[in-house]
Amino acid sequence: MIRTPLRPLARILDARRKGENPDAIERENLRIRHEQTRDKARSRAEGRLLVMAVMFFCAFGVIGARMGTLAASEPAEPRAQSTGASIIASRADIVDRQGRILATNMETFSLYAHPHQMIDPNRTATELVKIFPELDVERLRKDFTGKRKFMWVRKKLSPEQKQKVHDIGEPGLLFGPREMRLYPNGALASHILGGASFGREGVHSAEVIGTAGIEKFFDEELRDPAREGAPLKLSLDLTIQAATERVLLGGMKLMNAKGAASVLMDIYTGEVIAIASLPDFDPNDRPRPLTQGEAADSPLFNRAVQGVYELGSTFKVFTSAQALELGLVNPTTVIDTSGPMKVGGFKIGEFNNKNYGPLSVSDIIVKSSNRGTGRLALAIGTQRQQEFLKGLGFFEPTPLEIVEAAGGKPLLPQRWTDLSSVTISYGHGLSSSPLHLAAGYAAIANGGFKVEPTLLKQSGAKLGPRLMAERTARQSLDMLRKVVTEGTASFGEVPGYSVGGKTGTADKPKARGGGYYNDKVINTFASVFPTNDPKYVLIVTLDEPVETSGTKPRRTAGWTAVPVAAEMIRRVAPLLGLRPEVETRQLTGIINTSN
Amino acid sequence: MRSLLYVLTFLTVIAAAFWAYHENYKTQAALGDAQSVRGEIADARARLAVLRAEWAYLNRPDRLRDLAEVNFERLELMPLEPDQFGRVDQIAYPQPPELPITDPVEISSAGAQEQEP
Repeated sequence: MIRTPLRPLARILDARRKGENPDAIERENLRIRHEQTRDKARSRAEGRLLVMAVMFFCAFGVIGARMGTLAASEPAEPRAQSTGASIIASRADIVDRQGRILATNMETFSLYAHPHQMIDPNRTATELVKIFPELDVERLRKDFTGKRKFMWVRKKLSPEQKQKVHDIGEPGLLFGPREMRLYPNGALASHILGGASFGREGVHSAEVIGTAGIEKFFDEELRDPAREGAPLKLSLDLTIQAATERVLLGGMKLMNAKGAASVLMDIYTGEVIAIASLPDFDPNDRPRPLTQGEAADSPLFNRAVQGVYELGSTFKVFTSAQALELGLVNPTTVIDTSGPMKVGGFKIGEFNNKNYGPLSVSDIIVKSSNRGTGRLALAIGTQRQQEFLKGLGFFEPTPLEIVEAAGGKPLLPQRWTDLSSVTISYGHGLSSSPLHLAAGYAAIANGGFKVEPTLLKQSGAKLGPRLMAERTARQSLDMLRKVVTEGTASFGEVPGYSVGGKTGTADKPKARGGGYYNDKVINTFASVFPTNDPKYVLIVTLDEPVETSGTKPRRTAGWTAVPVAAEMIRRVAPLLGLRPEVETRQLTGIINTSN
Repeated sequence: MRSLLYVLTFLTVIAAAFWAYHENYKTQAALGDAQSVRGEIADARARLAVLRAEWAYLNRPDRLRDLAEVNFERLELMPLEPDQFGRVDQIAYPQPPELPITDPVEISSAGAQEQEP
């Protein structure tokens, strides 16, 4: 770079000649040089700023453009990532305790129409009615020729029906994929499974929602995609449920009953192995609830869980167990059961106006004496009786995992007087469901622990707080066994399985109050088997049964519910894997001889 | 020297570009394969669900009971009864095989009568 000298000789000499100050020239040049340096620095700084600005602009421009494309583009699944288990969006299956399917999904199609795209609406309407006779041809024709642009024709199609609709060849008929709930076993365990229907519907998919039973109770869980399709495992056993329903149906027909219910429960885990209520229905085609009349007459009504009945003498064993527990009596204490006995101005009588006279506590249960248990109840007192029954769970609906369970709230007396106490001691005046009774009997059978009935498979015993001493439970169990061997439930004897249980015959209260029917009863048999090593309780309840093989119609539980329960135990116990205990008898035909 | 370096760098860039081009296509192909496999898995799962449903439907207790009744003459299937339980000691052990006869002795009953007193 050529620097301009600050004191150029020519100008200095010239200035000296003219008598000027040469320092002025130097100052002038210095000033010019400073200005030049300044301008240069300034332009360089400006250039740098420009570069910086461009860089920032580009960087933010790229980020902005990327954000814009992300926001505006269609979302796509990442293709390069390999996810281990893909999210399964369909509703989870329901299986029994051995993994056999009770409810699953099936792919099917729905049929909808775009009437504005139709070529020959009239022909389409007539052809559709040929395939689906339940459709109304006039209505279809009106819809197809009207102003509507969209309409559903059918929610579910079978593959054959789909092919037939295809064959019509109408471009205005369209199919949408659907996932439908299928119950392959038909009416089996229908009251537990409930049913499912479509929620929000679109052309491409529809929500499957549970409408009743366990489907509704666990609706959220079953639909949760995070389950990854893991099935819901119930405590029910398909085979045993089928055998139970079969025997119960046979028993119901044989005993001319209007309805029937049974509960088979594991006494240690509270698992319900089989629970049936008849009449039943097909959950694939769930009937509509009744709009008039008694809800209990609908096949949708679950007698085992929703139905609250006065369960009669089956309650007596709770009274005697509490009396034993409190130390008021022991099984051999003799109590006078002779009449007359009046409580609160109400006469307490026995079945068929019998008079048993003095009886031991054990015999009160065996012979089913109302006055005997009434006297025990008076000795116990109302307060303590309430606490005991509350502990057994008779004050609250059962915690079973179906939505209907909350409706099975026991009916308690409004004021718990001495008379209530006495009638409840033999099972009148307190209405509860057969499932409540099963839970109560389970507490006696398992040695005195509370158990809560459940429909989910459990991994081990689920014993609650202790309600009575083991000795009390054992003594009560022995009484139940004696009821079968020498008492009212003699038809309950099943060879190989020592059955213990208590019968209950309760008159049906009239629907509008005002006493009881004379010829309508609820018969119940609450049983425990095998009593030498109790494992299961079985409750069988028949609604309005009558046994007509004799000269007079018989309506006691010993003639109706007990034989049904015995047959059920004979069928079900081997399926449960219980080995019969064979009593070794003296072999006949062998005589001691000597010669 | 410097021009050789330039040529080498240029060739390296060409080679890298060629490799990247191929890798890109291989990746695309692999992604396509993965997608079709995923589709197959979904199809298989759907088919499995249908087969499971059909299995459950064909094995429903009602149908099995009816089939057992229809084929009773041939199969004689009965519901499980308590008296069908047995104990292990009720089952006979298989008989031990008879020992082979290594030196047979010829015997005859001819003349047996005559020796009798």
